[in-house]
Amino acid sequence: MNPPDANPSDAFAVVTMNGVRRGARAISPVLVGQLPYATVVGLTAQAHGFSMLEAALMSGLMFAGAAQLLVLGSWVYPPAIFGNTLASTMVNLRFVLMGPLLAPWMDHLRGWRRWGILFFLVDNAWAMSVQDIERGKRDAGFLLGAGLVLWFFWVAGTLAGFLVGDFVAPPPGHPVFFAAIAVFIAMLAPMWKGKRDILPWIAAAGTAALVSHLMPGTAWHVVAGAIVGSALGLLQSRIGPRNAG
Amino acid sequence: MRVDPWIFLTIVSMAVATYATRAGGYWLFSRFTPPDAVRTMLTYVPGTLFISFVTPSIINGGWKEWIGALVTLAVAMRTRSPAWPIALGTAAAWISAETFLR
Repeated sequence: MNPPDANPSDAFAVVTMNGVRRGARAISPVLVGQLPYATVVGLTAQAHGFSMLEAALMSGLMFAGAAQLLVLGSWVYPPAIFGNTLASTMVNLRFVLMGPLLAPWMDHLRGWRRWGILFFLVDNAWAMSVQDIERGKRDAGFLLGAGLVLWFFWVAGTLAGFLVGDFVAPPPGHPVFFAAIAVFIAMLAPMWKGKRDILPWIAAAGTAALVSHLMPGTAWHVVAGAIVGSALGLLQSRIGPRNAG
Repeated sequence: MRVDPWIFLTIVSMAVATYATRAGGYWLFSRFTPPDAVRTMLTYVPGTLFISFVTPSIINGGWKEWIGALVTLAVAMRTRSPAWPIALGTAAAWISAETFLR
């Protein structure tokens, strides 16, 4: 699927339908973890007096489950525009750390391809894309396909939860919500690069546990854990380059 | 269908801020060549980020989270697709919540 003018030895990236299909297929198992949350977002929005269109707009335009659940959890009318924007930005700060790892694809795209596909940067689609990049794949359609599938079912699940909430949406604490955690754990296994990850991962877990204890109900633990863990990784690679393979 | 102007404005504002985090990190790094140290740090981001996401839910959870996490991890280390670890891990959490660990 390479464009005819591309020299295979040069770095390049393309967006093809083949890549979109690959991404869509690869991401489908993850839907099991996303759908319960989508229905809860729809149910909660409905409970706070959103119209169906407003609920769909929120999921369609934000496409950020953790942020949506956080602001909906403390929703009042009229809404605090600045406070809610700040809260959702904090939850989504992790995306700032994630974007740069897509550079091997995005650097070679222009216009809507680059800035449009970045709209679909969402945790699981991103993680699978980073793995695809590491395998030497050069088709950013993968992220687009994975993101489109997640987006479609995110909005559809929100509407389902809105319409038939009490029948469809599981109550808080239902074990089906573990699926979303399971998605993240399942993604962790292919991220393991060997011994060099031991200390950074322990430091990240410890930091996240501490910060979530000190600042419950916020999302700072995600960013703090990632920064502390990655900084330790850097330190370890500088101090003992031979041990940090 | 009703769209309240305040709710609409809030949604658009949150959506713009969310997109800014998605595009902003990439944009910043494409403008300024990041120093080696930052690039080395970024190679640790996927693992440390995901582990930071799950750790509090497991620590603050009960038996069903611990059992589910262990089963998910064990299956994930043996398969490439995420389908089996997600399905079996969730099933394990669900079964333990419904049966002996109520």
